[in-house]
Amino acid sequence: MRISGRGRLAGAKTVNFSFNGRHLMGVEGDTLASALLANDIHLVGRSFKYHRPRGILTAGSEEPNALVTLGQGGQQDPNIRATTQELYEGLEARSQNCWPSVEHDILAVNNLAAPFFGAGFYYKTFMWPAAFWEKLYEPMIRRAAGLGALSGKADADCYEKAFAFCDLLVVGSGPAGLMAALTAGRAGADVLLLEEDSQLGGRLLVEQEEIDGKPAALWLQTALAELQALDNVRLMTRTAVTGAYDQGTYGALERVGHHEMRRYSLKGSHRPRECFWRIAAKHCILAAGAIERPVAFRNNDRPGVMMASAVRAYLNRWGVAPGERVTLFANNDDAHRTARDLVQAGVHLAAVVDSRHDAPDSDLYTVMRGAQVCDTSGGKRLESITVRSVRGEEKIQTDCLAMSGGWNPSVHLTCHLNARPVWRREVLAFVPAAGAVPGMQAVGACNGTFSTQGALNEGAMAADVVLDALGLQRAEAAVPVAQDAPYQIAPLWAVPGKGRAWLDFQNDVTVKDVTQAATENFSSVEHMKRYTTQGMATDQGKNSNVAALAVLADVTGRSIPETGTTTFRPPFVPVSIGAMGAGAVDHGFKPQRFLTSHGASEERGASQLEVGLWYRAAYFPKPGETNWRQSCDREVMWVRRAVGVCDVSTLGKIDIQGPDAAKLLDFVYTNTFSTLKQGRVRYGLMLREDGFVMDDGTCARLGESHYVLTTTTAAAGEVMAHLEFVAQVLRPEWDVRFTSVTEHWAQFAIAGPQSRALLNGLLDAPIDSENWPFMACGEVSVMGVKGRLFRISFSGEEAYELALPADYGDSLFRTLLSRAEAMGGGAYGMEALNVLRIEKGFITHAEINGTVTAHDLGLARMLPKKKDFIGKAMAHRPGLMDADRMQMIGLKPIGAVKELSAGAHLFSPEDPVERVHDQGYVTSVGFSPELGHMIALGFLKRGSKRIGDEIRLVDHMRGIDTLCEVVEPVFYDPEGERTRG
Amino acid sequence: MRITCPLCGERDRREFNVKGAALDRPGEGADQDAWHSYVNLRQNPAGVLAELWYHEMGCGSWLTVTRNTVTHEVLKVELASETTLGGAA
Repeated sequence: MRISGRGRLAGAKTVNFSFNGRHLMGVEGDTLASALLANDIHLVGRSFKYHRPRGILTAGSEEPNALVTLGQGGQQDPNIRATTQELYEGLEARSQNCWPSVEHDILAVNNLAAPFFGAGFYYKTFMWPAAFWEKLYEPMIRRAAGLGALSGKADADCYEKAFAFCDLLVVGSGPAGLMAALTAGRAGADVLLLEEDSQLGGRLLVEQEEIDGKPAALWLQTALAELQALDNVRLMTRTAVTGAYDQGTYGALERVGHHEMRRYSLKGSHRPRECFWRIAAKHCILAAGAIERPVAFRNNDRPGVMMASAVRAYLNRWGVAPGERVTLFANNDDAHRTARDLVQAGVHLAAVVDSRHDAPDSDLYTVMRGAQVCDTSGGKRLESITVRSVRGEEKIQTDCLAMSGGWNPSVHLTCHLNARPVWRREVLAFVPAAGAVPGMQAVGACNGTFSTQGALNEGAMAADVVLDALGLQRAEAAVPVAQDAPYQIAPLWAVPGKGRAWLDFQNDVTVKDVTQAATENFSSVEHMKRYTTQGMATDQGKNSNVAALAVLADVTGRSIPETGTTTFRPPFVPVSIGAMGAGAVDHGFKPQRFLTSHGASEERGASQLEVGLWYRAAYFPKPGETNWRQSCDREVMWVRRAVGVCDVSTLGKIDIQGPDAAKLLDFVYTNTFSTLKQGRVRYGLMLREDGFVMDDGTCARLGESHYVLTTTTAAAGEVMAHLEFVAQVLRPEWDVRFTSVTEHWAQFAIAGPQSRALLNGLLDAPIDSENWPFMACGEVSVMGVKGRLFRISFSGEEAYELALPADYGDSLFRTLLSRAEAMGGGAYGMEALNVLRIEKGFITHAEINGTVTAHDLGLARMLPKKKDFIGKAMAHRPGLMDADRMQMIGLKPIGAVKELSAGAHLFSPEDPVERVHDQGYVTSVGFSPELGHMIALGFLKRGSKRIGDEIRLVDHMRGIDTLCEVVEPVFYDPEGERTRG
Repeated sequence: MRITCPLCGERDRREFNVKGAALDRPGEGADQDAWHSYVNLRQNPAGVLAELWYHEMGCGSWLTVTRNTVTHEVLKVELASETTLGGAA
């Protein structure tokens, strides 16, 4: 019910919205919750377990009950808190966790079976028979569980991430936060103030009080105007700080687009839903306020039972009275403000019940002292309360009960680095431990200081501490004068009596459940939490934790500080995964790296293969070819018979220069590079420090102190980091520098008997075998463009790799292809490249899989005894040279076998196929068109001694079980005559 | 977590990759025990630990970062090239 002339929304525009299909009206500035209450709607949702009717409990982000779903399809947002969702024109909200409707919910039968659903129900009931778990229990529980549902579709919204830096981060814009920001801002500090709400002001927006003799709202207006005028102060609303991390790092969630209908720009994209901020702050003042806690009594969960502070927030900010006959139940003075404000607004106050015998009097209403609310009645809306006092029990008609059990400071962020809050007896609350988060000071209500004056003072003092640390001069200004009433409270956690008294409203955890957990010896607060699920709902126990542990303390005969709290973990408010992962969706998560030849490859219909982030052509189909094998076979034969061209630019290229370049290469490679002549290339092997093979590649000496080395595509980053590590950490005295030049050069392999002929029509100066023998390298020029030519071969044919600056890559590739095609060859892709190298027994990271040694690869000759190198000591351990290790071998099928597979395991033919008899595995397979059958590389125990043996190859995954012959791992031209040309 | 790179200033830890404990590499000819210890054994202290971090998304420096594993306090950041972890060359 809207009270005219009350609240801050007077004269605001009407906003149309709907709830569960019903058309309703609110005003601009409403939250969904205030608009529903203005329309006299209290029943908003159903609880998790018993499907009990649930209404709006709070007016903030701690709301456990009023969770709704907004949006449709891929834009469906479940578990939106009605108390923080701002109203906008056309908003459509619906209740969740109910069927067919929130009014008539079938699963409310759970409520009747409640005696069986107590704490530990799942653990006791779904134990046996064991087979039932997967088939019956789990599917049943999964169907019943959950609050809001996901659409099952990809999230159609967009999210952003952002970074911010500041001298001082102020969390919260109540009196304490504002005073801190004003004090620091006036002195010139770089201040960032974050407020979770859509409006700045905190409790000043909802309380009737005076600051400096003026209404608080006026002071607020002045303070905000001053802050907004300061260039060094940034104010952000709708932004909740979600976590505190090391070295002054904070996470924050900004709700960017939740308060308006999704708008699409011309480009089709729209404003992000949320933005996740990572903030680095030199100092932080936490002015996060406090959260009022409920009191547990029988049937305290009915719609219409609300927090006292929320009732007066709805009244004073939104001009909404949540009932026509309101009652109040409290154990502290603060809650009496609700009674005062209601009376002043002309709302009928049916009773004020205070559990304290010494509760203060009022001229405006009578107080029932030493009395407690012990029960309520009503169905989907509160109808009456039962009050117990020395005079006995009486029933009072009411449609809204405002309750208050005191305040819990929002200590959450102070606990994110492992600190535990401290119990302060005077205020019956946990307050932040001093120095809990380095650089953070808690002030105001969040520090257990509940008066406005106290909040203003602490805000100013904390800012002074920050200014001192920053070396800034404080501007002289007095702290304003405000109410400074002491916080009077007496303990009241749960009203004794029969029946169910709720602690956790969302997860349906009652006093009885906590008691039962203690009885069954789940007496640690962490055990109780998990046994009862108290505090495990979306509000993470913001409303229920302290009362629940007070009940637990009582049952177990311990004090509250002895019982302790559960661990507070980020995030403070729920954060959507979309916001956390903003930018890391699809290609944002996995960017695509295209080669300079990509366009030309696509034009030729190449099938693309993902190699890390790179896209490489797998094969280039020709008309009439019906499967990839035909294309692959043809491309292999082009290389063997004529000439093929392949883009090999993805291989890591590292340029190495400096007087000690040769020394460093001798150290990182097992073999020697200082003896390499200028203009020559050498194959090199790198080990890890533990003696296993890290990577292989070629290294070319371009000058006396200038080398360029190649790495495998996959290991480019790892090798670069490794070289920097060796040079900076192990050998800083050596003068040598590295640069990754992978993207600077477009490099193409030209392979086959016609390769030299192809080049000789293209290079500005022709080459011959005498001046360009196998493993020669040097500068060449192509149509005036300077490049590099390496005579190296990964195919076993006479072959060259030609590199030009990447800008020329596309035209060079097209030129090479047209020349190759004219010579009876053409482009070949990764599939053909793979077959060519398997035929020659050349290794890739399929073989260098992190578990193989140089001995295993048959490269023991590359480990010299004389010189030191990375991995030398460990490579010579007996275990790494053991003759029983698996060694690289070749395999060829016996008989007419169609298929071999990489990943298959090897067994002796006489052994059963069992793990204990495993003899090795297959790493690479291909079909050799030259040989007319499949070939494979793999590792086999004592493999080098078993050449000629029969071995059984088994791949259960692909249903392959066949006999093979163990052969040398070089299938083609073992003498290498073709390579030398 | 934030690390102050001696060359680049204070940066977010996402710019860095950690390798592990900063250990002295045994010199040439050291016995197998020394190598076993260097490659395989780690102290994992609850307290002060020197680690090697690589400023991969920044200047490419290898850094020796001394931090407290209990409080997460970063006590010292040095260029690894200015420390002596390489053993006898």
